[in-house]
Amino acid sequence: MHDVRAAARDSLAVGVAAAAMGVAFGVLVGQSGLAWWWATVFASVIFAGSLEFVLLGLVTALAPLGQIAAAALVVNSRHVFYALSFPLHRVRGPLAKAYSTFALTDEAYALTATPAARGWSRRRILAVQAFVQLYWVGSVTLGALGGVLVPAGVVGLDFAVTALFVVLGIDAFRARRDVPNALVAVGCAVLGVVLADARSMLAGMGLFTAYLLVRHAVAGGRRA
Amino acid sequence: MPEPGYLLAAVAVSAAITWTLRALPFALLAPLRRSPLVAHLGATTPVGVMAVLVAHTLRDVPLTAPSYGVPTAVALAVTVGLHLWRRDIVLSIVAGTAVHVVLLSGVAG
Repeated sequence: MHDVRAAARDSLAVGVAAAAMGVAFGVLVGQSGLAWWWATVFASVIFAGSLEFVLLGLVTALAPLGQIAAAALVVNSRHVFYALSFPLHRVRGPLAKAYSTFALTDEAYALTATPAARGWSRRRILAVQAFVQLYWVGSVTLGALGGVLVPAGVVGLDFAVTALFVVLGIDAFRARRDVPNALVAVGCAVLGVVLADARSMLAGMGLFTAYLLVRHAVAGGRRA
Repeated sequence: MPEPGYLLAAVAVSAAITWTLRALPFALLAPLRRSPLVAHLGATTPVGVMAVLVAHTLRDVPLTAPSYGVPTAVALAVTVGLHLWRRDIVLSIVAGTAVHVVLLSGVAG
């Protein structure tokens, strides 16, 4: 139980951000004319926040499945980079690995990429992922049911998601305190948005990975 | 109104592609798990991923129209400053978001 309690504490910050975003998504589903429980189905089966927003727009416009598949590929292609750092080797067992990869959201990746997560057990990693899913599905469902209505004058709650990644980014930086790396990371991210807009995440990660490869090659050359 | 069958197919396609994108790279990287390059990338990419996610969430902030992104810049400064000072994840997020909501709701209202 100790691991589960620790996981609840680890994932609390994500709960705050997920609540802000999830309620907003649920409210959108409610306004789209779909039955409220589709919000719950989207959130629990797809479990990919930004894709769910895109998908809602596509299905209400009756977009063909091919277009939906293309959108899923573009929006979620950034996930291919997560295998580099996510500690799946510590999650033993095929079923556990299946769940862990299914639930490998931005938030789950961000939480496990911090230095604090290096000693996490299999159970603690899985519990963190399950809590993140619980927060997301719960807040999306609440939003769709209209149970939690944000007053009309209150705007800007979505900043909670930005703040989550800022904070976890600072924690990831503290692991190495590699200042040039952080500066190039921010530069690539900004360049990605400026150059590629809708595909900004893939462009930004592509640029940054290219930089890391060159840097590794140069460092290797110096060592040789 | 979309049919349930169509919606189920849309959910299935989205879920299958998302899971493939999340799981397949592990299988591809498995033989390279011990390579120094993959270890290096594994240790250095998180900062890049976070920067990319932050930039993505901020891509629609208006920089050329009122309020010129000022509420967002102030909220970012509060979040970063608090986190460097207190290292409390929840406190940094809640305070940064509160500042953002107050400034933006003030502008909108």
